[in-house]
Amino acid sequence: MNDAFGHPQSVIVLGGTSEIAREVVTLLAADRCRTVVLAGRDPVSLEVTATELRQSVARVEVVLFDAAATGDVDPTITRCFEIAGEAVDLVMVAVGELGAQETDEADPDRIAQMVTVNFTWPAAALSAVGAHLTRQGHGRMVVLSSVAGHRVRRSNYLYGSAKAGLDSFARGLGESLRGTGVTVHVVRPGFVRTKMTAGRSPAPFAVGPERVASDIVRGLEHGQEVIWTPGILKWVFSTLGCLPRALWRRLPG
Amino acid sequence: MTGTVEASHRQLSGWGRTAPTRARVDRPVDAASIAGAFRTQTGGVIARGLGRSYGDAAQCSGGLTIEASGFSDIGKLDDSSGTIDVGGGVSLHDLMRHIIPSGWFVAVTPGTRYVSIGGAIAADVHGKNHHRDGSFANHVVELTLVTPTGTFTVSQDADPELFWATAGGMGLTGVVISATLRLIPIETSWIRVDSQRFARLDDLMSTMEDSDHRYRYSVAWLDCLGHRDGNHRSVLTRGDHAPSGAIPDRLRSRSREVPGDPRVRVPRSAPGRLVNRLSVRALNEAWFRSSSRSVGSLHPLSGFFHPLDGVGDWNLLYGPAGFVQYQFAVPATRGDVVAEAVGAIASSGIPSFLAVLKRFGPGTPGPLSFSQEGWTLALDFPLGPPGLPALLDDLDELVAHAGGRVYLAKDARLRPELLPVMYPRLPDFAAVRRRVDPVGVLASDLSRRLGIPG
Ligand SMILES: Cc1cc2nc3c(=O)[nH]c(=O)nc-3n(C[C@H](O)[C@H](O)[C@H](O)COP(=O)(O)OP(=O)(O)OC[C@H]3O[C@@H](n4cnc5c(N)ncnc54)[C@H](O)[C@@H]3O)c2cc1C
Ligand SMILES: NC(=O)c1ccc[n+]([C@@H]2O[C@H](COP(=O)([O-])OP(=O)(O)OC[C@H]3O[C@@H](n4cnc5c(N)ncnc54)[C@H](OP(=O)(O)O)[C@@H]3O)[C@@H](O)[C@H]2O)c1
Repeated sequence: MNDAFGHPQSVIVLGGTSEIAREVVTLLAADRCRTVVLAGRDPVSLEVTATELRQSVARVEVVLFDAAATGDVDPTITRCFEIAGEAVDLVMVAVGELGAQETDEADPDRIAQMVTVNFTWPAAALSAVGAHLTRQGHGRMVVLSSVAGHRVRRSNYLYGSAKAGLDSFARGLGESLRGTGVTVHVVRPGFVRTKMTAGRSPAPFAVGPERVASDIVRGLEHGQEVIWTPGILKWVFSTLGCLPRALWRRLPG
Repeated sequence: MTGTVEASHRQLSGWGRTAPTRARVDRPVDAASIAGAFRTQTGGVIARGLGRSYGDAAQCSGGLTIEASGFSDIGKLDDSSGTIDVGGGVSLHDLMRHIIPSGWFVAVTPGTRYVSIGGAIAADVHGKNHHRDGSFANHVVELTLVTPTGTFTVSQDADPELFWATAGGMGLTGVVISATLRLIPIETSWIRVDSQRFARLDDLMSTMEDSDHRYRYSVAWLDCLGHRDGNHRSVLTRGDHAPSGAIPDRLRSRSREVPGDPRVRVPRSAPGRLVNRLSVRALNEAWFRSSSRSVGSLHPLSGFFHPLDGVGDWNLLYGPAGFVQYQFAVPATRGDVVAEAVGAIASSGIPSFLAVLKRFGPGTPGPLSFSQEGWTLALDFPLGPPGLPALLDDLDELVAHAGGRVYLAKDARLRPELLPVMYPRLPDFAAVRRRVDPVGVLASDLSRRLGIPG
């Protein structure tokens, strides 16, 4: 069960090898978390993450899925809940692929895959999770969106547009679940130094995954439905969002 | 289902309004319907009274919550034995209005009248007279309980294990549908009160130790925000039921006045959060200024016992994030823990509205019953300060290692590992649970969160 501070006891991570998610789980383990199900595509790196988390979490289990294939979303989610074996208090959707805009944009297959991994699969998964949590009578969904989806840019509109779709979907789902005991929390990080961004030059306000994780946990304590991280990006992006397009285009990055 | 009205789904939380969950809510009016629900329900069943427990004790996510308000009969008062039969859903408010005019009062009342008989038994509540009269269950002659294995009438002599597991058992042994209570006679509905102010916590505590036994009721309020000199102001109020001879002529016509309904309500649309550090300071200040030293002043029962009941839904003042109440008890020899806890709270800078300090007399045999001989301190904390969860975790350690415990009727966040340390007789409780509920139908968010065994 969640406690008064929104600290969960059992968690499912979709995108179980995500560095941001790993930091979140580490923080939650210091509070009340004792069961974690990590779902992801690569058994070897999942096991590495699981082994590390077992130092602080009593039970860590692993489930396999590939977000590029949308045929078995429902069984995957059901399997995660079965393996958790108890009420699941928090489900984090951390699946995401940044892609390579310059080469991807001319390749219809890559475009389809980027939209699938960043939007289609997570959206289908969220709605399946919503059904499980509603039956349970409570639970929280944390969705990793991105500032990239807030106002899309030439340099990464593929990733950005898919995140924009996911962000809107998640907030709409949250509205539809009002009164069910289930809530949806959308996280909008800026540039985070993880394996996803390795080799890229950091954007302004770049932070490490630990910072994002603590903003997420604090946001959950307060029941925030949209969590900007670092918090200053809320003001930066609400200002940038109003810039004329000609100016927006010329911003670096 | 026969005998059940108003089945629906609702999102429920406790008085602190944290961690809401959704469940089916039924309001049965006979034992057979409860027994039927136990047979058919999957996903847990728990009773709910008036929802005045602060945390998640009276809710069952995804399961069934049984509102006991259908068991609302108040029987005939037996003047010779001073006892009365009441339904498990009757509120102390209604009961008081019924018995005060005939010169009777409940033996134990918590700080609000808006609790049900079932809730008062399930939390084995205490009042300002615990040092003398013990807790609620001490004054229960017998109770009737619907469990998954049948309906039983139990007392301190007939199946004492089930009786005492139910007292303080947080609804986890079944649904109390009725009880026989032993009342106390009163001549008037007024309390004669002495109050004193203290600048230092140790002066307050030694005064309580030395002379609480001279009063039926005793409670102290202290300011945890503290002062520059590291001291904590407090006000001690102690009193007894006023005899008729003590009532002045101008109050004669009101000598057995019954408590009324709330005079004002906080609107649902109350702005954000009205309780913050500044307002806490202002409220504490106002409270201390208004309470000067006095001897023998007369207070109506309601003002003395239930000062907050004059404002309906006052919990909304804490805003949508809600608040937690932290209440612990420690053995009489560990008064130092009270001082240490108050010091830790003050130096954390986290605001808390007036803290309530009391002395407890001997506890009951209930394995999950909260009261134990010694001290108890209770404080409200609005949610929000980043250091609050860790502060309370630290206080838990302090309390547990001193042989103390936190009150489950207030809890919304205890670390589950500490439960068996605080309640070492948990295995006795589990044994009774296995007897009356072998399949494990009874469950609440509290029992799941803390892993209360059954
Ligand atoms: C302002 C305020 C002041 C308070 N002061 C005090 C105080 O001074 N001393 C004190 O001890 N407590 C105090 N309390 C706490 C309160 O007395 C207890 O939480 C009490 O249990 C609330 O009763 P309820 O009817 O609202 O029960 P609920 O909150 O609805 O339920 C509490 C527990 O009782 C169980 N329960 C309810 N009805 C039944 C039933 N019919 N059969 C079996 N189980 C049942 C529930 O399952 C749950 O576990 C205070 C609370 C408030 C809000
Ligand atoms: N890092 C940033 O700057 C940043 C900024 C804003 C938002 N975000 C979002 O935050 C989330 C977590 O990112 P992160 O920074 O922690 O990076 P990360 O470590 O690379 O996490 C991304 C996760 O998605 C998984 N994934 C990718 N494609 C998948 C597929 N086809 N099937 C299954 N799983 C797949 C990855 O698995 P593998 O380990 O197997 O690749 C990994 O678990 C992502 O949604 C990301 O978009 C990140």
